[in-house]
Amino acid sequence: MLLIECPWCGPRDEQEFGYGGEAHIVRPADPHALDDAAWGEYLFMRTNRKGAHRERWVHSEGCRRWFNVVRDTVSHEILAVYRVGEAPPAAGRRGE
Amino acid sequence: MSEQPFRLFAGGRVDRERPLDFVWAGRRLQGYAGDTLASALLANGIHLVGRSFKYHRPRGILSAGAEEPNALVQLERGARTQPNLRATQVELYAGLHAEPQNCWPSLELDVGAINGLVSRLLPAGFYYKTFMWPRDGWMVYERFIRRAAGLGRAPSEGPDPDVYDKMHVHCDVLVVGAGPAGLAAALAAGASGARVILADEQSEPGGSLLATRETLDGEPAARWVERALADLGAMDEVRVLPRTTVFGYHDHNYLTLAERVTDHLPPGSAPDRPRQRLWKVRAREVVLATGAHERPMVFAQNDRPGIMLAGAARTYVNRYGVRPADRALVVAADDGAYAAAVDLADVGVEVTVVDVRAQAPACAEQARARSIEVLAGHGVVRTFGGSRVRAAEVAPLDGTGAGWAGGARTLRCDLVAMCGGWNPTVHLFSQSGGRLAWNAERACFVPAEARQRVRVAGAANGTFSLAAALTEGRAGGDAAARAAGFSGGADVALPAAEEGAEPAPTRALWSLPTRPPGGAPAKHFVDFQNDVTANDVALAAREGYRSVEHLKRYTTTGMGTDQGKTSNVNALGILAGLLGREVPEVGTTTFRPPYTPVTFGVLAGRDVGALADPVRTTPMHRWHVAQGARFEDVGQWKRPWYYPRPGESMHDAVSRECLAARNAVALLDASTLGKIEVRGPDAGELLDRIYTNGFKKLPVGRCRYGLMCREDGMVLDDGVSARLADDRFLVHTTTGNAARVLAWLEEWRQTEWPELRVWCDSVTEQWATASLSGPFARRLLGELTRDIDLDPEAFPFMAWRAGTVAGIPARVMRVSFTGEQSYEVSVGAGFGLALWTAIALAGERYGLTPFGTETMHVLRAEKGFIIAGQDTDGTVTPHDLGLGAMVARHKDFIGKRSLARADTLRADRKQLVGLRTDDPREVLPEGGQIVARAGGRPPVPMLGHVTSSYWSANLGHSIALALVKGGHARLGESLVVQLPQRSVPVTVVAPTFLDPDGERMRG
Amino acid sequence: MAEQHGRQSALAGLGLDAQARISTRGAGEAGVRLGERPWRAQLALRGDPESEAFLTGVESVLGVAPPTAPLTVSSRRGVACLWLGPDEWLVTLPDRREPRAIARLEERLAGLHFAVNDVSHARTVLGLAGPRAREVLMKGCALDLHPRSFGPGRCAQSSLARCHVLLHQLDAEPAYDLYVHRSFAEYAWRWLCDAAAEHGLAIVAD
Ligand SMILES: [Zn+2]
Repeated sequence: MLLIECPWCGPRDEQEFGYGGEAHIVRPADPHALDDAAWGEYLFMRTNRKGAHRERWVHSEGCRRWFNVVRDTVSHEILAVYRVGEAPPAAGRRGE
Repeated sequence: MSEQPFRLFAGGRVDRERPLDFVWAGRRLQGYAGDTLASALLANGIHLVGRSFKYHRPRGILSAGAEEPNALVQLERGARTQPNLRATQVELYAGLHAEPQNCWPSLELDVGAINGLVSRLLPAGFYYKTFMWPRDGWMVYERFIRRAAGLGRAPSEGPDPDVYDKMHVHCDVLVVGAGPAGLAAALAAGASGARVILADEQSEPGGSLLATRETLDGEPAARWVERALADLGAMDEVRVLPRTTVFGYHDHNYLTLAERVTDHLPPGSAPDRPRQRLWKVRAREVVLATGAHERPMVFAQNDRPGIMLAGAARTYVNRYGVRPADRALVVAADDGAYAAAVDLADVGVEVTVVDVRAQAPACAEQARARSIEVLAGHGVVRTFGGSRVRAAEVAPLDGTGAGWAGGARTLRCDLVAMCGGWNPTVHLFSQSGGRLAWNAERACFVPAEARQRVRVAGAANGTFSLAAALTEGRAGGDAAARAAGFSGGADVALPAAEEGAEPAPTRALWSLPTRPPGGAPAKHFVDFQNDVTANDVALAAREGYRSVEHLKRYTTTGMGTDQGKTSNVNALGILAGLLGREVPEVGTTTFRPPYTPVTFGVLAGRDVGALADPVRTTPMHRWHVAQGARFEDVGQWKRPWYYPRPGESMHDAVSRECLAARNAVALLDASTLGKIEVRGPDAGELLDRIYTNGFKKLPVGRCRYGLMCREDGMVLDDGVSARLADDRFLVHTTTGNAARVLAWLEEWRQTEWPELRVWCDSVTEQWATASLSGPFARRLLGELTRDIDLDPEAFPFMAWRAGTVAGIPARVMRVSFTGEQSYEVSVGAGFGLALWTAIALAGERYGLTPFGTETMHVLRAEKGFIIAGQDTDGTVTPHDLGLGAMVARHKDFIGKRSLARADTLRADRKQLVGLRTDDPREVLPEGGQIVARAGGRPPVPMLGHVTSSYWSANLGHSIALALVKGGHARLGESLVVQLPQRSVPVTVVAPTFLDPDGERMRG
Repeated sequence: MAEQHGRQSALAGLGLDAQARISTRGAGEAGVRLGERPWRAQLALRGDPESEAFLTGVESVLGVAPPTAPLTVSSRRGVACLWLGPDEWLVTLPDRREPRAIARLEERLAGLHFAVNDVSHARTVLGLAGPRAREVLMKGCALDLHPRSFGPGRCAQSSLARCHVLLHQLDAEPAYDLYVHRSFAEYAWRWLCDAAAEHGLAIVAD
């Protein structure tokens, strides 16, 4: 079980969290300006990265905050944790 | 009562003042406190403990610990019976009852042994091939094979009478193993003030020090163990867990431990304590001091009872005070054998040593000093005996070790003690993701590169000398504590160990020659538990299996309950030899949890029976129970399903409740609906973005039904929201989606629209809700409130009002899920029962009828109201439901763009329709598949399925809702619901069966 | 457990007063004492922790400011403010004080972006205390409750067995208040009784 550092509550067991998939996927400002292919790209396509992956977690059993995690998808090592709205730390760009 | 003929008069850690009676295979025997079942059996001269899995050969006790492949027993009877326990780890207690488990029809006389004569029918890959072809072969063989194999039995009586416990614990340093390295590590880490857990699988800490005659500080090593434990006991932050197996090493230094709390006591004798306890440990740092397992040697007929590991023989002598034989042949590929030879000789066993190395090592001097004959450069040709080994042939080896260099000589012996070298117990290190390296000198895998915060010390690290293990343990414990932010453990005093002779290298002779000097070849066992021989490995190699993972699956080596603790490296070595490659090139195997088997009970803990899952109840629950309600599980909630009167069937009760709701007044407990307060200046904006329809312009005091979609345009949930104030809405969700919808709102609010000034808070548990439905609902409510004007002009449909009901502060919403005149009265949950009983009392003269979820489902289906999750399944858009009018044109919302995708615009999507059966009494099964016409040649195109189906007492016929391809264009069409035995003709109709204009609920 | 117009606690069906009368005699030796706390008013408070006006406004009404340090509790004179999240608190007050507290907060904080909801009925509070109380919690809660990590004046939301819990440590004995949602209260109660049995359990009334 992973140990995830909530930016507010500190390290907690994975079971207290919900997983929210890849981070930094911005909802298009005007969805109707997009054709079906571009909308499909936003809706369905994810990078499925091997290595450092930026992803969203929510501390559902704790403070209910969403935040971002950089996790190595091979080793499960957590490389960084940062809040919504913050830029991913440099370490998070490893493996890109 | 037997007198333990092979027990020494003195010595060992058993308590001769505390004899314990036990039963083995129907025989009453005696052992002592401190014995394992295995040591007690050996003290009674019993070596034969079971039959092998495939060939049913007689097998004895091989080891003295967790690695035991042979001595698997069925412990106790009835609901407490347990299979596959290793006799070497079962602590003896008074009245213990054990049976051999692999010996049908009996241990001594075994028809299965005939397999030994026909074993050529069961070569390597037998199971594999049986599974692969012919396809049906396994079906035929399975019954025969399973019966003959006779693995242990799961308890057939239940429930489990014992209690199991769990503990979550955090520590700075977890030390695994309380042998010399582990004790030194725990002392060093403990002295630093760090929070330390020392876990050891045995009944008492000490590890190899309990089985040695080596001294520490000039005293028996066990004395130092006592002192170390006393020191650890004086440290507040050190927790010592004996009888605790660390069986799993997971991500982020999360380890799982199984503590056998009362397994060493007679069953049921400690009812206040759990039988076993699961420790879930999050450790900052881990020190693995898990020791090493001795390797058997692979020679012909090396599996007879009386053939055991040399270290095990030594353990039985030194720790348990057992003299395991009269005459022993000790077979060595490693110096470890000599300590056993010496210890056996010193308790009067006549010993001969055969060393496969060309030169006897320096330590052989101690053996020679005891007049032990040492035959260097010799090996075992074969053994003789039935239920016990009685002789062995030995002969000189040629230079390569592949053949014999001279004639054989027969030695009488009733014990063969073998030492093929030592495998560091790297299981947990491997589970942690660490990489292993091959140590050629000692012919074993050792930990190399760690992936987690873990250190390895002592024999587990390939450090076999006692002095070095102590030093390494201390260094590991100190370094771990430092890494966790504590210091001061480096100075802990260590005892002085004896200086031993410089060890000679282990000879990696993976198998002795398979061709005997004259005579037929015989089986050289590699994996005792799964009956895999050196020939099986060779066959696999010939058939092209070159990877060890394939070898395992093909031969089943290492795939027994022992996970190949004694066999994996030998199998690997033999395969490497056959392929002409080095062992590390062929690979190692991956170890997975559990290290040794754990019970289901300890994994389940107290989450069983009534505590298996929370049962959520509403404040009115006790009333429902008192009224004899039947309950339906809705998520974790118990909701009244229907309220049968004496003698009523479910059908009768539901019909009565349905008629009451449409003709008089009926009462539903609606407390379980999800309720979310959405507050702030942008509350309306948030709801506008979430719901398909608009909420910003909803006037205060009014309610609106809303539909929300996922971003892919599929319906997620629905419900009514009330505008409580300009900046305040109360959002209702379906019972099952309460948490999901709140999380959904928060996800968008926090991650996508942080600029919106709005808060979302769950108030589901704050409110109890009683829902009145029926033509008399208003009159009944009027008797209970004075400050709410119920006049339809003043309080119209889809409005809400605050006031008091039955003297309780309440919020009343005029919404309707039944299609009747309906009022939902919500009060603080603590008042729920008071409100409910007041309504029930006042309702008596109106014939007020409580109704449950089944009637609610019928009533809403009569109206064609959907239930999200029943009539939708994540593939249904608002348009598919015929709710296109709820999709706002002039605003964006989550999912809107997807509703314009080519796929969501297809005319042949599955759409919600009603179904009428041609026979009005026929109630379709939900899930029934819909096709165009009966019969037809498969594959018959499926048009859809029935989502909701009921008997409608109000209408006098059955009703159903269904999702049907292009359904909206099929009204009036005849289709067929195909059931397993027959076809039911149906007509597609609009999904509203009653009061399509909604006059009843608006009135 | 005071009754007001038929108001019932979440555990009213278990007859805890009677259990407490039987059990109190052994309370001295019990490793764990468990009881349902008396009814207290509870408010869910939301606001901007960086707004001085919000923090001081709340303090002027309640006597305590919402703590901005995560996982802490501010309390004074029967009013406690428990940190639930960076903009979320649970305020507890003496019973029946909630209508006036809400009105005064709305008046005092008018114009600020904040929210206060009455959730007095939403949770029940179980008091768990005694020398073995920590061990009982550790059976179902993965938080690090060791005194080096968690102590009096700290609070945390987490899981207890299979339900959500808001844990507040009151003193070093240790004594805890466990806030559980009303519909889970019987489950939590039964689970705690089962888990505590090993250590000797006394049911107590406050
Ligand atoms: Zn958190």
